[in-house]
Amino acid sequence: MERLLKIIGSWALSQLRTIGHMFVFLLNSLYFIFVPPFKFRLLLRQMRFFGNKSLLVILLTGSFTGMVLALQLFYILRKFGSEALLGPGIALSLTRELGPVLSALMVTGRAGSALTAEIGMMRISEQIDALTAMALNPIRYLIVPNIVAAIIVFPLLVAIFDVIGIYGGYMVGVKILGISSGTYFSLMEDYVDMEDIMVGLYKSLSFGLIVSWVCCYKGFYTGYGAEGVSKSTTEAVVMSSIFILIWDYFLGSVLL
Amino acid sequence: MIEIIDLHKSFDSQKVLNGVNLKIADKEVITIMGKSGCGKSVLIKHIIGLLMPDRGSVLINGVDITRLDLKELDKIREKLGVLFQGGALFDSLTVYGNVAFPLSEKTKLSKSGIQDRVIQALEDVGLKGMEKKYPAELSGGMKKRVALARALITEPSIVLFDEPTTGLDPIITSSIHILIKATHEKYGYTGVVVSHEVPEIFEITDRVAMLHNGVIVEVGIPEEIQNSTNPVVRQFITGSHEGPIEV
Repeated sequence: MERLLKIIGSWALSQLRTIGHMFVFLLNSLYFIFVPPFKFRLLLRQMRFFGNKSLLVILLTGSFTGMVLALQLFYILRKFGSEALLGPGIALSLTRELGPVLSALMVTGRAGSALTAEIGMMRISEQIDALTAMALNPIRYLIVPNIVAAIIVFPLLVAIFDVIGIYGGYMVGVKILGISSGTYFSLMEDYVDMEDIMVGLYKSLSFGLIVSWVCCYKGFYTGYGAEGVSKSTTEAVVMSSIFILIWDYFLGSVLL
Repeated sequence: MIEIIDLHKSFDSQKVLNGVNLKIADKEVITIMGKSGCGKSVLIKHIIGLLMPDRGSVLINGVDITRLDLKELDKIREKLGVLFQGGALFDSLTVYGNVAFPLSEKTKLSKSGIQDRVIQALEDVGLKGMEKKYPAELSGGMKKRVALARALITEPSIVLFDEPTTGLDPIITSSIHILIKATHEKYGYTGVVVSHEVPEIFEITDRVAMLHNGVIVEVGIPEEIQNSTNPVVRQFITGSHEGPIEV
């Protein structure tokens, strides 16, 4: 029994240490966001990295999410004779919830994993040590541009996801299921407020921070060799996805 | 001058450095040799301040770098040039970008001033005309030469070479050794070379230190080391399977 408690205690302590270390890393990175010199070129490069890597997957998942939503919602709404609410139903689901969450999960899988692998490779090939040896701060060069880029790019990708999703829903709802185009869009105008869009915006901003923070941290402190980088990449994707879902619940409860 | 005093370092339960003492004079080239995994790279990382010791000090020009904060440590690092084991070139930058990087980030030199220095540095290492290549397009030896050019571009007073010839064929190894010797003559830096290329390394070094079981077991000029009666040094130089060094 004593041995079991020791094992649990030591595991809990090690987890606490990791969480503490992660928060110190985050605070350090946030500090350097506001301290010059600013690396605008690197920021633009990383914005391109996030956007370019994720755009296609966002377009695909956005359109199909809207289409599936249209099918399912139409079936449910028809039971209550409220098919006319299909447009607002899709728009609200996408802007408040599905857009930010699914986009964040997709970007994590696509760009986040690549980011962890890239930084991890830089660690094991001593490129990060080389920066430090040149008296240059690797957090400023590698981490800050990624965090700022993710915070800027995530809301844009979510906006694209929402618009494509709404048009995906339009294709199914209007072109296949026969709802009138006017009903689909005009009720959307009545039911979707600026507040709903802002909820999605707040979520996407925070998800951008979470994904870049976790993925950068895992790459920066990767293990040895190719195995270490592969393990860090998997951990980064799993941990980011879990954090996104947990944070989504908390933020959802606060912003409801 | 670099002075290493009673340096101890462990990773978990594994003791790597167990009281290293070594004095390196200004403008000399010293080679630290020892079997793979004996802690040579760990020792060099302490001189750069990439690792902090469990106990002991590293003095650079009389300043104990183990007690400095990051800002003060960076001031010391500005005097260092480092050639890492794998070159540590930035994959996303060209050869020119890599060599120019320390100048563009740490100095206020004009674009043309940087260009002149980079072209000269690449010429020094025999890579003129390779400016637009990316590290992935270079051979192992070329990568090391670019890394050497990058390490020397700021004209540092101390240059650390972490196994500069590992994984290279004998001809390229010899050319890297010649380059180290030539650049030392040109710039007059203090050089610390981690290597196990014996006896070739003896030709470019002023002194040799043998690291074994976490301590320096012998230091001397190459002739002294070659004629040493210390069984550890003898076994290492002759490459024998039998002796105090466990294979």
